[in-house]
Amino acid sequence: MTAFRIPGKGRIDHARPVRFTFDGRVVEGRAGDTVASALLANGIHLMGRSFKYHRPRGAVTAGSEEPNALIRTARGRGRAEPNTRATMQEIHESLAAESQNRWPALAFDVGAINDGLYMLFSAGFYYKTFMWPRSFWDRVYEPLIRRAAGLGRAPTDPDPDLYASRNLHCDVLVVGGGPAGLAAALAAARTGAEVVLVDEQAEIGGTLLSEPHLVIDGQPAWDWLAAALAELGAMPNVRLMPRTTAIGYYHQNMVGLCQRLTDHLADPPADAPRERLWRVRAGQVVLAQGAIEKPLVFDGNDRPGVMLSGAAQTFLHRFGVRVGRRAVVVTTHDSAWHTAFDLAAAGVRIAAIVDLRPGVDGALTARAAALGIEGLTGHTVTDTRGRLRVSGVRVNPVADGRVGPGRIVPCDALLMCGGWTPSLHLFSHTRGTLAWDEASGAFLPDRKTEACQIAGAGRGLWGVAAALEDGAKAGAEAAAAIGRATAPGTFAVQGDRPGTGLVVRELPTDADPGRAKAFVDFQNDVTAKDIRLAVREGMRSIEHVKRYTTTGMATDQGKLSNINGLMIAADALDRPAPEVGLTTFRPPYTPTSFGALAGYRRDGHFEVTRKTPIDPWAEAQGAVFEPVALWRRARYFPRPGEDMDAAVARECRAVRTGVGMFDASTLGKIEVVGPDAVTFLERMYTNPWAKLGVGRCRYGLLLGEDGFIRDDGVIGRLAPDRFHVTTTTGGAARVLSVMEDYLQTEWPDLDVWLTSTSEQWAVVAVQGPKARALLAPFVQGLDLSEAAFPHMSVAECTVAGFPARLFRVSFTGELGFEVNVPARHGRALWETLWQAGQAHGIAAYGTEAMHLLRAEKGFIIVGQDTDGTVTPQDAGLSWAIGKAKPDFVGKRSLVRPDIVAPGRKQLVGLLTEDPDVVLEEGAQIVADPRQPVPMRMIGHVTSSYRSGALGRSIALALVEGGHGRMGETLHVPMPGKTHAVRVTGVTFYDPEGARLKGEEVPA
Amino acid sequence: MTHFSARSLLKNALSGHKDWPAQWPESQPKAEYDVVIVGAGGHGLGAAYYLASQHGITNVAVIDKGWLGGGNTGRNTTIIRSNYLYDESARLYDHALDLWDNLSQELNYNVMYSRRGVMMLAHSVHDEQSFQRHIHSNRLNGVDNCWLTPAEAKAFCPPLDITARRRFPVVGAALQRRAGTARHDAVAWGYARGAAARGVDIIQNCPVTAIRRGPDGAVTGVETAKGFIRAKKVAVSAAGSTSVVLQSAGLRMPLESYPLQALVSEPVKPCFPCVVMSNTVHAYISQSDKGELVIGSGTDQYVSYSQRGGLPLIEHTVAAICEVFPMFRRMRMLRKWGGIVDVTPDRSPILGKLPVKGLYVNCGWGTGGFKATPGAGHLLAWTVAKDEPHPINAPFTLERFTTGRLIDEAAAAAVAH
Repeated sequence: MTAFRIPGKGRIDHARPVRFTFDGRVVEGRAGDTVASALLANGIHLMGRSFKYHRPRGAVTAGSEEPNALIRTARGRGRAEPNTRATMQEIHESLAAESQNRWPALAFDVGAINDGLYMLFSAGFYYKTFMWPRSFWDRVYEPLIRRAAGLGRAPTDPDPDLYASRNLHCDVLVVGGGPAGLAAALAAARTGAEVVLVDEQAEIGGTLLSEPHLVIDGQPAWDWLAAALAELGAMPNVRLMPRTTAIGYYHQNMVGLCQRLTDHLADPPADAPRERLWRVRAGQVVLAQGAIEKPLVFDGNDRPGVMLSGAAQTFLHRFGVRVGRRAVVVTTHDSAWHTAFDLAAAGVRIAAIVDLRPGVDGALTARAAALGIEGLTGHTVTDTRGRLRVSGVRVNPVADGRVGPGRIVPCDALLMCGGWTPSLHLFSHTRGTLAWDEASGAFLPDRKTEACQIAGAGRGLWGVAAALEDGAKAGAEAAAAIGRATAPGTFAVQGDRPGTGLVVRELPTDADPGRAKAFVDFQNDVTAKDIRLAVREGMRSIEHVKRYTTTGMATDQGKLSNINGLMIAADALDRPAPEVGLTTFRPPYTPTSFGALAGYRRDGHFEVTRKTPIDPWAEAQGAVFEPVALWRRARYFPRPGEDMDAAVARECRAVRTGVGMFDASTLGKIEVVGPDAVTFLERMYTNPWAKLGVGRCRYGLLLGEDGFIRDDGVIGRLAPDRFHVTTTTGGAARVLSVMEDYLQTEWPDLDVWLTSTSEQWAVVAVQGPKARALLAPFVQGLDLSEAAFPHMSVAECTVAGFPARLFRVSFTGELGFEVNVPARHGRALWETLWQAGQAHGIAAYGTEAMHLLRAEKGFIIVGQDTDGTVTPQDAGLSWAIGKAKPDFVGKRSLVRPDIVAPGRKQLVGLLTEDPDVVLEEGAQIVADPRQPVPMRMIGHVTSSYRSGALGRSIALALVEGGHGRMGETLHVPMPGKTHAVRVTGVTFYDPEGARLKGEEVPA
Repeated sequence: MTHFSARSLLKNALSGHKDWPAQWPESQPKAEYDVVIVGAGGHGLGAAYYLASQHGITNVAVIDKGWLGGGNTGRNTTIIRSNYLYDESARLYDHALDLWDNLSQELNYNVMYSRRGVMMLAHSVHDEQSFQRHIHSNRLNGVDNCWLTPAEAKAFCPPLDITARRRFPVVGAALQRRAGTARHDAVAWGYARGAAARGVDIIQNCPVTAIRRGPDGAVTGVETAKGFIRAKKVAVSAAGSTSVVLQSAGLRMPLESYPLQALVSEPVKPCFPCVVMSNTVHAYISQSDKGELVIGSGTDQYVSYSQRGGLPLIEHTVAAICEVFPMFRRMRMLRKWGGIVDVTPDRSPILGKLPVKGLYVNCGWGTGGFKATPGAGHLLAWTVAKDEPHPINAPFTLERFTTGRLIDEAAAAAVAH
């Protein structure tokens, strides 16, 4: 047992020592300790260094608002994180903790030289210098500033841990497990409502954990707490969640929670997630987050050993730790007096209680006198002594605004209390408004925007009795709001310490306040003089003050500094604090790991990989894949020794001379059904559909309202009221949602139903002169002959025994069929045709060959040859526009002046002067290659390949006035070389379309 | 205006920083100005600064409903680049980049423009085609942009995971070395200080409730919370609120306002040397001078004027960052926030005259307005002063949405930034 640990006291397990390391040194704590409480039990106050001045710092709080005691925590490779709050991290045997932002050592840090130069490093100093010479900013100044900034070191190894997430609906979500939250949870849960109670601490209980002397309904506080938790724990409608932080409060009563699951365990189960993100949608939310104690602002208020009085109280009662041997208390609020009394009772010598208020409750001063404690009312603190640990404090009398001569009071702990700030961060996330309450000297909730109740200290009600009563009332109101009325209970509390206090700015001093290191934001080293400087420089909005000084922007997000900063700024502005107002609180309530936010979405689960039924076959064949939207598609099927070009050339040759198979299952498919299906398609697509016969299909072109091409695909008519619409692979979801949008908002009168069937059909494209020969033997119920089933036909039939929709379409220019079968039969159909195809020299071809084959024919790929700026006329697809149609999406835009003006970029073919040169896709085209940069560009290459069938390179391009430039020579300037190209039509291969008929099957 | 320098800083340090003057005074509106600019963001303040410094027009008021620089100027992720596809955009953003180069010196205010390089990741053949198109176009336009192989990308940004294990492996990247970041608040403050020193009134916390027009249709002034202010020229530069302000002048703007969220991590020592963007995974990231990782992505999916935004988008954004940089999973999000961005149908801004005499607009910058700040301010000032657009902003008319001459940057890149 160490000198500062009180045997048997607190809620830790004194029988279970736990060892961990701090800066390499083994420290022994007890099960239930935090790093901070364990270090303090060993007399260690120095835990970190500040951001700018590298000043020595210790824990100033005992909770999640800690700005100073930030440490690096680690447990093996990949499991290390910076900026962990020592006051929240529970100790375990695998924990290695390290101090941060110091070199070479925590006790001796070279960076502390900044502290000596602190007058130079005033607020915003960096805006005023580092500008000369200009080039020094990038090379000298900024690297220096960056090296000095930052707190911990970022992890460098991938994190091996798992993170989880869940959704939850409940009737009442109670945030905060102190007396108010417990009473609210009990009141609501007893009505049978589904209740969730969350608390960020390892133990639920809040302030009750630090006030064991209380007697509630005749029971000692800790017994009452145990009974309350037992009652809640036994109810099936209640979920108790310790170590869970409500991070953000969103629209429609959605609250995000982050639950810490393994960081406190020495040996976590291998498959346990480290943290879990909960998205809770609550009928009612009760915010019972209590209040956060305010530091006092005086010269040297940041030395290790200076901490909030409530923190000392917590370390004493929860962890059985004395924070020093000889303490001075400085306060403007009654609550610190009680801390002094508790510490005195635990054997800490209280050298003095310094209270700025001239008049303090006589009961407190009498009690102090009885305990032999010097009560210095009407006194201020003007300085502290000690470097790595506070060793003394300068105390001065204050009378009529004048500060008298000071004397040094030796101490090894200085406990401060500037009153309490209601914790309303979550409430502020909802854009609920706050109003200044003069009586409680705090901002309190004003106008609510969500279905929530605020209870206890959050409403400025001090003391446990008030918190319990108010919590029960809030719980009952929440229950009533969801239709479960109940009467709130009452509580009898003995030993309560409600207290009052005074809201102050900096403590009065006899020294030059312009040189004082009186910290407002500890971590960011923002002092009162910085805030006054900001105001002097014209930063009159509190947001400007914040941004100019960085006060409130440290990892505690202003939990300790906001009100002090506001009071000082308001004083400097000579305006009342409520007029100056607060900065907006932003989520998360406390820093939240990226891992928890990312959850399951990592590696293969970051986004689904959509695979077709034929994908495993392709993988087994050694296909090389490419991502297309969320799909992976076989790009080509290399044989041993083949590179992409060789494989693609072989695949294309098979299609042009024999037969090839292509997995087209990723094509988007939408079933458009209903009496008004034709009308609907007439309005959506540019083409006419009314006269399309059943059993026929047609290429369809979809525009945006702006007249530009958005999607295309073949649409087949299966019945008068039923169409099978295909879309591009990447456009499927977008097209469906556009269709639904029009159907639901513009044309609700149409009787049409849309169903996505993309994943219901597997599609095998069989293309090539021998396609019919291969396919015909497997088709039942349909004559595949040219006469009976011509190009652009569709029919329902049976293929290889599977029910099928068979399309006669071609994206290659060869005789082609696309066989749609229910997805579950896709693989079997593919393999059946593959086997049979061997006799025909069949090849499986991938997307690369598909792209090349269609480019030889001049067929566009939306998104490659168009980019959202291309009209049907530009793409040479005017034929696809139903001229007689009264309207279709985008029609009116096609006649806009700049759409019909000359000089638009139009799709053309390009043939390079040197047939072996394959242009780069994306390369720019100019008319005059000798002009200087910036050049006048008149177009770009959209598609470019080496064509085996043509024995040369081919390209498609969008070129200004391209349709009028046939035969012209243009130029493609590349680094080092400019290629001359000739403008041609887009159809390079079989312009007559003779090959679409393929070979007839011999009778 | 006190000149800022190491010397003046030292002198004031010795005297306890008691003698620094206000960087701009707290102004109350006069009855009449030559020009009223609605919106005291970087663009509006920049316009006022250039009106005063380059066109000799100093009887100018910049009016804002809140505090200056409090809208998207103070909420963005500070990325500056100019590697846009179309000639019009490339000229517009490169013009801004030229002004960024010397902005700290021009304003005598360190805006911390950091040429860290912006690298855009390609994850598919389609990305590569699109980026190459940008690179080729930029090369012939004289705009800095080059292609990197995955190994070169990793050398430029060591935290990048280029292994094939990733769901979207990196197949290459486009790098603009001259691009980077700047300190957003300082840009607003620097322009405010420079404008105020030249006589411009900056009027904060004064909502403009209506734009008034006379019987001839021309602008006569603005109604504000502090009364009517006469002005024959009014320029609206109010980002997400532009459509609301201009409605009062009888103009319906082709704008949609969306929440755009961003977040920062806790500050850490330098670990990330540049800006990385990925349109495929939908996220971008850099590290601020303070050490925070600054992260953003696309807009929320719904239109809104609420500067809040939802949790799902943040989850997805952070997941995207961790997918590309798996070592950051144990970093923590410190703060997230939202701004309201005004988006045009072609994702390019509207900067020029409106069909109302004396009325000018600078809006529609969507998710990418910060990078244009000096350029937009400069061009808006020119347009207002001369009552005609500068050749650079001449194509960015309102009329293009009627005539069809769009400048569609979104068309070539799924997310415009």
